Amino acid sequence: MADFFQHLVNAFSLGGVYALIAIGYTMVYGILRLINFAHGEIFTYSIYFAFYGVSLFLLPWWVAFILSIFLTAFLGSLIERIAYRPLRDAPRISALITAIGVSFFLQNFATVVFGGRAKSFNPQTGMYPTYFLNVLNIGGVRLKILSVITLVTVTVSLLILIWIVYKTKTGMAMRAISKDIPTTRLMGVNVDKIIMITFMLGSSLAAVGGLLWAMTYPQVYPFTGVIPGLKAFTAAVVGGIGSIQGAMLGGFILGVCEIMIVAFFPSIAGYRDAIAYAILLFVLLVRPKGILGVEVTEKV
Amino acid sequence: MRKCLLFVLLISAALFAIAQVTEVRIGAGWEMTGPIAGFGQMSWDGVKLAMKLRPTVKIQGKEVPVVVILLDNKGDKAEAANVARRLIDVEKVSVILGPCTSSCAMAAGAIAEQKQVAMVTNTATNPLVTQNRRFIFRACFVDTLQGQLLAKFAWENLKARNVAIMVDVAQDYVVGLANYFKREFAKYGGKFFEAYYNTGDQDFSAQLTYVLSRNPDLIFMPGYYAEIALMCKQARELGFKGNFLAGDGADAPEVVQIGGKFVEGLCYTTYFHQDADLSPKTKPFVEAYMKEYNRRPDAFGALAFDAYNLVLDAIERAQSTDPVAIRDALAATKGFEGVAGTISFPPDSGDPIKPAVIIQIRNGKPELLTVVKP
Repeated sequence: MADFFQHLVNAFSLGGVYALIAIGYTMVYGILRLINFAHGEIFTYSIYFAFYGVSLFLLPWWVAFILSIFLTAFLGSLIERIAYRPLRDAPRISALITAIGVSFFLQNFATVVFGGRAKSFNPQTGMYPTYFLNVLNIGGVRLKILSVITLVTVTVSLLILIWIVYKTKTGMAMRAISKDIPTTRLMGVNVDKIIMITFMLGSSLAAVGGLLWAMTYPQVYPFTGVIPGLKAFTAAVVGGIGSIQGAMLGGFILGVCEIMIVAFFPSIAGYRDAIAYAILLFVLLVRPKGILGVEVTEKV
Repeated sequence: MRKCLLFVLLISAALFAIAQVTEVRIGAGWEMTGPIAGFGQMSWDGVKLAMKLRPTVKIQGKEVPVVVILLDNKGDKAEAANVARRLIDVEKVSVILGPCTSSCAMAAGAIAEQKQVAMVTNTATNPLVTQNRRFIFRACFVDTLQGQLLAKFAWENLKARNVAIMVDVAQDYVVGLANYFKREFAKYGGKFFEAYYNTGDQDFSAQLTYVLSRNPDLIFMPGYYAEIALMCKQARELGFKGNFLAGDGADAPEVVQIGGKFVEGLCYTTYFHQDADLSPKTKPFVEAYMKEYNRRPDAFGALAFDAYNLVLDAIERAQSTDPVAIRDALAATKGFEGVAGTISFPPDSGDPIKPAVIIQIRNGKPELLTVVKP
């Protein structure tokens, strides 16, 4: 029984991070109908920013972390400005190909600038306080402080995001843009600005996810974000791409599935990535719009 | 008339080029980026030092400069085959160094074998790398031997009786080493069971929760350093108190950098340690390496250093840059003294018999535990 709860704890701390990254995908998709494949790389860069903030500029860890979130948001808006805005009126496939190009560019740029070897993201070098690594023992279930921090951060980030999207004017504009860009523009909304804010929000969530990820798995290399990025994309689609609650649900479903499959069928644990993608295929076959997705009618 | 003259000029230029060897081209394909970039970069550091100490080779009474062309295989099997093909077809190299890992070495080796260019891997230990191949050689020991030594060490020194084995299903090296370990460990009467993962996985909490529910006294991790560091960390966080054991895949500074205090006590086999007395050349190498890089040499660099010199030695004996002549000279290597022990290739085999070094992480440093001679 303790084992089962242990698995559940593991699943939620993994799923929480997937959920955070998935929301970035879903927000950009919801508004622009664009799958931002560079999202995984934005995740990677947020870890590098924090890493260099602490190790090179010797900032206190929390300053470096907050700075990293801002820098990542800026990177996201920069990508939008340079790579996606010029293609706003181009066919959707062009934007998709550009997204993949940006992703490869960022990976290789990181390899050249930061080097191909993994850097350790370690409390021993002052990256973050060592008490984050402490473990609580509750009746045989071992709960990492970091898992608690992850869950709290995920919840708080989500509440802030939902507040922005549903309670503010910017959020209202975002929702309007997702329905109809030209009409929104006619209503006097600065569409470019709102889209940029969307990218910044999505990227800062990726940064929060990245930092939590790097603390849990303390290393960073140019391809760190590839697998979490793909998983989060899967989570976003499973939950219903375009829906924030769906992305969150998808993230947790994926986390639970991955952990439980390894737990109950240990002999196929090596293929759990394949299983994650099999879930994706299954959802696409059975319910293409995802669990909480809304049917999108294309205007012809 | 003019055309004719030009033709004669061209022909004589071509003949001149054939008669005079102006440079020796050596290809190198290593894992310079990707999840196991540490291995490739350490190897390349070893070769750079070797090139500095011995930049030329004597062919037909003339000192000919050696040119090494390095390409990155990203730790990817398909890329490793591409690299081998490009080195041979485009760069026209006479012999190839690398890759470090068995999966990549098998992929690159298939191309090298087909194109009849010799390849010397510094650290690919899976037996299949050289099996049924005439052109593939290695500078390290073989996993059959490594598995035996690990099983013996686990049973006798660590007193392990119930062992959990973490197997990376994507790596030929890991699957192979786990099997050789199991074969030997079963002979001692030990019990073992396996859990599986995939290269690049970062979360092992589910596997480890399962593993710990079966109370092993040792976790054997025949994989690579990045995953090993994370597995050690997560196992300790889940409350594991037993020992950790790994193969030569653990031998990178990242194991301590990433694993921190969690890898304390980890034991692993490898090929080289600066304090191990492996050959008279070890000491001068350690000094030269310290002077060059201001850090202690590692096994991957040491073996790459040996592979480079082994190849130069063969070229000198062959007195030619012809790939097949170099292969024949390599196969005839007897008693080549490297910094990590002596290399002799048995007839029809590219596998030297070499001692292994067992290392334990103590106070965040890899300390020499013992040298095991086969």
